[in-house]
Amino acid sequence: MISALSALLVFQLAGEVLARSLNLPIPGPVIGMLMLFVALVLRGGTGDELQSTSQNLLQHLSLLFVPAGTGIMVHLHRVSDEWLPLLISLLLSTLGTLVVTALVMKLCQRSPAASGEAP
Amino acid sequence: MTQEISQIWVYLSASPLLGLTITLLAYQAAFALYRRSGNNPLANPVLIAVFILVLFLTLTATSYETYFAGAQFVHFLLGPATVALAIPLYTQFKRVRSMLLPVLAGLLAGSLTAIVSAVLVARLLGASASTQLSLAPKSVTTPIAMGIAERIGGIPSLTAVLVIVTGILGAVGARFVFDAMKVRDPAIRGFAIGIASHGIGTARAFQVNEQSGAFAALAMGMNGALTALLVPWIAAYLINIG
Repeated sequence: MISALSALLVFQLAGEVLARSLNLPIPGPVIGMLMLFVALVLRGGTGDELQSTSQNLLQHLSLLFVPAGTGIMVHLHRVSDEWLPLLISLLLSTLGTLVVTALVMKLCQRSPAASGEAP
Repeated sequence: MTQEISQIWVYLSASPLLGLTITLLAYQAAFALYRRSGNNPLANPVLIAVFILVLFLTLTATSYETYFAGAQFVHFLLGPATVALAIPLYTQFKRVRSMLLPVLAGLLAGSLTAIVSAVLVARLLGASASTQLSLAPKSVTTPIAMGIAERIGGIPSLTAVLVIVTGILGAVGARFVFDAMKVRDPAIRGFAIGIASHGIGTARAFQVNEQSGAFAALAMGMNGALTALLVPWIAAYLINIG
């Protein structure tokens, strides 16, 4: 677990350095993810340790959004004047995006595939 | 006795231990509810945990800064967890490669829909220009969205709230949308959630299906990059035609 965690942090750090030095609009961890992905393709496997550590982290990905989500209490007053247009816009736009994305993908896909439970 | 309690409270409220502990407890309670509901998306664990925490902090008159001094240890793990998304992406790479066309078409259509529809609906309902601009990047992960909002003249802190609400709306609503549309492919379901509602949607996708999670992670990353490119000139155009 320690070596897997170290590997994740090293890639995050490298991504952070790259994002800042090249002034990229994408955050460091996302660059780190891309670099780790390329490294895995080059290496041709993930290894058990990295696999199980990432599974543990990602299973409770929701938890990691809770501190930032709670920050909503600080900025809620910004929403108060225009909360109704904002809420309607967010609701329609989010549901609309789900519909359009899924529809376009379905149309572009020839063979309907894959089984399994879906979200 | 009351004085003792208040002394303990003075100590606790100044230490990071409390913020960290209540974050984990609130999440555990939220997650237990979510599990008991049979993973019902309406019982979204982020939504419930945030509700519990905001209630607790408000009732105890604790500031968010004080709380975050402890909660930052959880928040910090978002970085390595984002990097870890490379692993499911790698595991599902074969499927991703076989779906290159639907993935790219879905990305472009979804990204444009997310930006344009949010701005236009808000404008029709009479929202101010800076509010419209703050809405434009709402479907991408917070650091990217705040950066975009700042660059185009939106209000970054308003964008941060909108991003979180968008994430929760997508995570809660996706199942109903997909079931109504009869979309069953976990790859498509995951990808659409990732486009519409970034990391919070991705977290929901991972709880249901590994393939959905991998596609959601892919969508989140790609949409972050594309939105950063598209929003500056789309937003300028949309605001000007008004």
